[in-house]
Amino acid sequence: MTLITGSADQTAKLWNVETGAQLFTFNFDSPARSVDFAVGDKLAVITTDPFMELNSAIHVKRIAGDPADQSGESVLILKGPQGRINRAVWGPLNRTIISAGEDAIVRIWDTETGKLLKESDKETGHKKTITSLAKAADGSHFLTGSLDKSAKLWDARTLELIKTYVTERPVNAVTMSPLLDHVVLGGGQDASAVTTTDHRAGKFEAKFFDKILQEEIGGVKGHFGPINALAFNPDGKSSIRSYLFFVI
Amino acid sequence: MGDVLIMNEIDATANRLGIDLLQVDLDSIQLPPGEDLGIISDDEDVYEDDDQEVESGFGNIIVVDNLPVVPKEKFEKLEGVIRKIYSQIGVIKEDGLWMPVDPETQKSLGYCFIEYNTPQEAELAKEKTNGYKLDRAHIFAVNMFDDFDKFMKVPDEWAPPEHKPYTPGENLQKWLTDEKARDQFVIRSGTDTEVLWNDARHLKPEPVYKRSYWTESFVQWSPLGTYLATVHRQGAAVWGGANTFNRLMRYAHPQVKLIDFSPGEKYLVTYSSHEPSNPRDANRVVINIFDVRTGKVMRDFKGSADEFAVGGTGGVAGVSWPVFRWGGGKDKYFAKLGKNMISVYETESFTLIDKKSLKVENVMDFSWSPTDPIISLFVPELGGGNQPARVSLVQIPSKEELRQKNLFSVSDCKMYWQSSGDYLAVKVDRYTKTKKSTYTGFELFRIKERDIPIEVLELDNKNDKIIAFAWEPKGHRFAVIHGDSPRPDISFYSMRTAQHAGRVSKLTTLKGKQANALFWSPSGRFIVLAGLKGFNGQLEFYNVDELETMATAEHFMATDVEWDPTGRYVATAVTSVHEMENGFNIWSFNGKLLYRTLKDHFFQFLWRPRPPSFLTPEKEEEIAKNLKKYSKKYEAEDQDVSMQLSEQEREKRRSLKNEWEKKISEWKRLHEEEKMERQMLRDGEASDEEEEYEAKEVEVEEVLDVTEEVEE
Repeated sequence: MTLITGSADQTAKLWNVETGAQLFTFNFDSPARSVDFAVGDKLAVITTDPFMELNSAIHVKRIAGDPADQSGESVLILKGPQGRINRAVWGPLNRTIISAGEDAIVRIWDTETGKLLKESDKETGHKKTITSLAKAADGSHFLTGSLDKSAKLWDARTLELIKTYVTERPVNAVTMSPLLDHVVLGGGQDASAVTTTDHRAGKFEAKFFDKILQEEIGGVKGHFGPINALAFNPDGKSSIRSYLFFVI
Repeated sequence: MGDVLIMNEIDATANRLGIDLLQVDLDSIQLPPGEDLGIISDDEDVYEDDDQEVESGFGNIIVVDNLPVVPKEKFEKLEGVIRKIYSQIGVIKEDGLWMPVDPETQKSLGYCFIEYNTPQEAELAKEKTNGYKLDRAHIFAVNMFDDFDKFMKVPDEWAPPEHKPYTPGENLQKWLTDEKARDQFVIRSGTDTEVLWNDARHLKPEPVYKRSYWTESFVQWSPLGTYLATVHRQGAAVWGGANTFNRLMRYAHPQVKLIDFSPGEKYLVTYSSHEPSNPRDANRVVINIFDVRTGKVMRDFKGSADEFAVGGTGGVAGVSWPVFRWGGGKDKYFAKLGKNMISVYETESFTLIDKKSLKVENVMDFSWSPTDPIISLFVPELGGGNQPARVSLVQIPSKEELRQKNLFSVSDCKMYWQSSGDYLAVKVDRYTKTKKSTYTGFELFRIKERDIPIEVLELDNKNDKIIAFAWEPKGHRFAVIHGDSPRPDISFYSMRTAQHAGRVSKLTTLKGKQANALFWSPSGRFIVLAGLKGFNGQLEFYNVDELETMATAEHFMATDVEWDPTGRYVATAVTSVHEMENGFNIWSFNGKLLYRTLKDHFFQFLWRPRPPSFLTPEKEEEIAKNLKKYSKKYEAEDQDVSMQLSEQEREKRRSLKNEWEKKISEWKRLHEEEKMERQMLRDGEASDEEEEYEAKEVEVEEVLDVTEEVEE
């Protein structure tokens, strides 16, 4: 099994999960941020941040079956979005790539031609940086979380906006339960503001929403820092949260 | 406004000077460069049809008439005298003093033009020097240059005004007749101002009217709720109507900063402060008093900020608003604190009562009774203790002193009137014998009793600092927050005791509370003990009749707490002083959170005031006695609404779920169709199942307890 990682050291690496060995390094001219394998694992999409004069970009790489045959060449490079691209993932059947980031617009690109197929509407879409994106298990829809204190559910094929979940805090992480119709949002403040405020002001919680009714069901408190990543345990019964906290 | 120059006088002057007014070519007068010549900018269109607002560019010129007619030799001397007088008032522009000369006689014509840099200086000069006696034969007649134009337009013959047909006005009180007995409130967030109904039954606000950029700074309700006032660069405006908000009147006052209504809504006071031309002088203050309904200026006050910022509460920043405090009921009197005097005006003629101010040496502060024409005033200690401090009650308009009390070793004093004018509490800070610290006591005046008895009250621990004091509205009780610790105490007192109606008694002391502000319900009986600022929004809803807490709650970082005018609901708000979580909460009187609304950049929340009830006290008592009968009807309505709500909720949920089901089956279908292709991408591996999860219901049996019963 192969793992792909992206790093601020301006590389993305392939690893052998069983042995832990590094298989290959892709080099970029700016920090690599988001990575995702395509269905069949023969392709991967990697996003790079804007850096100096360079704009952000989405790179598609072919993944060779045998690491020895791996090349660093990009099959496709997509440009256009302003600011950081926080997430890029594959659409159903790898026909499309879905990207979202600092400019608050969700985009769907055609993998074959590299053309921009769809863009989210400015009026109904997010108003601030999209921080996170989570796909449904079957890839038919996906969830985006944004600093505009909301999360939105979209159809992955048509980019139709289906649901919006509103909260009081900027959203840093989102995930969907694989079993129940729950959506979890994690958020709080930017790390830079954490130490200067009362822990209640940040109100670092993970909030559970009813996926269909868009209503808040409950929350999990008890964090000292904003939640930056969420994932459900694959059996759907519990989730792990990674958060930032400072001990003085 | 201001002085009126009779037409005859102008004619007389013109005749004397041999000038045919109609021949005077005003255009031949040179204008200094840089004047805007009355070109109205785009955003002044609101006031474009007001003659007063058009800047002619001559607004800073005055004409001084009745000067001595002098020959050439004396020109310089006369000019010097005039320049000396007029440069004291403002800065005369370069080449701004012009004394025209009669070309035939070579003597001065007896009048001159003086030009300042600002219209304010010109106006001040006109007021100050009009009627100035240069000598017995020459008394200055000073006018604004612009006024000549205005007076020339007066027709020679009087024609009766046109008879306009009667247009009935809208019922401005219509909101009070809401069938659901709801109250309105106005909120400002971002650039929007909105008026909404508090619909507590439906647990949400219902919009009435919304407008962007309705005001340029803030909004304010009139005291009885009839009008909503907005403030703009050119002046103020009031809005109201039966079902919506139309502009009813506007009041011109350039750069207005603050406004205040008289309690009966008859008058509107507006205030502005302007930078002086000489930076070392104090600001120039302009205050106008308008008749609300007609928009007419009843009186204006102009002067230096020093004249208006008297008293301990003025502060360096400027005046303490409102400068004019209303009293006596029915908008009869208004008064201002001055140096060693209180100036009381009446609204029949808008002049001082008895044509002079009430002289009180060293007066520091005064306060009107909310209901009667009585003023309480405080004079601090003088001469290092030789003359003690005192509090006096003065009757208006007689200026008769009704009651007085000398107070010794006083460092400071604050007066609190109870809302029905029954009681006056004076908080007195006194120096200890060592003069190193102060301790506080209260002088309690019973205003409505014969001879106005005064009772002294000291707290159990008289060294406690007083953090807040508040009378129960319409009641006989008051609350005090006192103490030095981070969690002060709150004590409740009554002006009556069970045994002795004329003695104050303590009801209870709540120890160690996170509170620094008191908010009584407008009908009394209940109070919100709030911890704002440092306490981050603690709220305790307390029943003072039963002396028990009804609920404790929190509105994190709340900055404002306001009861609705009926005392049924409490609004708490977080305004933009705090960066996050701006918005407001609506609570029931006993502390149950009904609903909350988040609004970014939240600036104001104001309940719409109500006029006093028309019911007689007897009728009110009858309703209170038979409350059960009256409330049955409303309870039934409440039930209906809540059933309706549940039904609506269920409908909404049903339709949302249906829509979702449709989407899911659509996606499932597509997923199925694409199955083959997916397998190909995976080189023929059918690994779809790895993605899917099965939900299995598993019954788990847990042994909770085992008990054994042994039969004997």
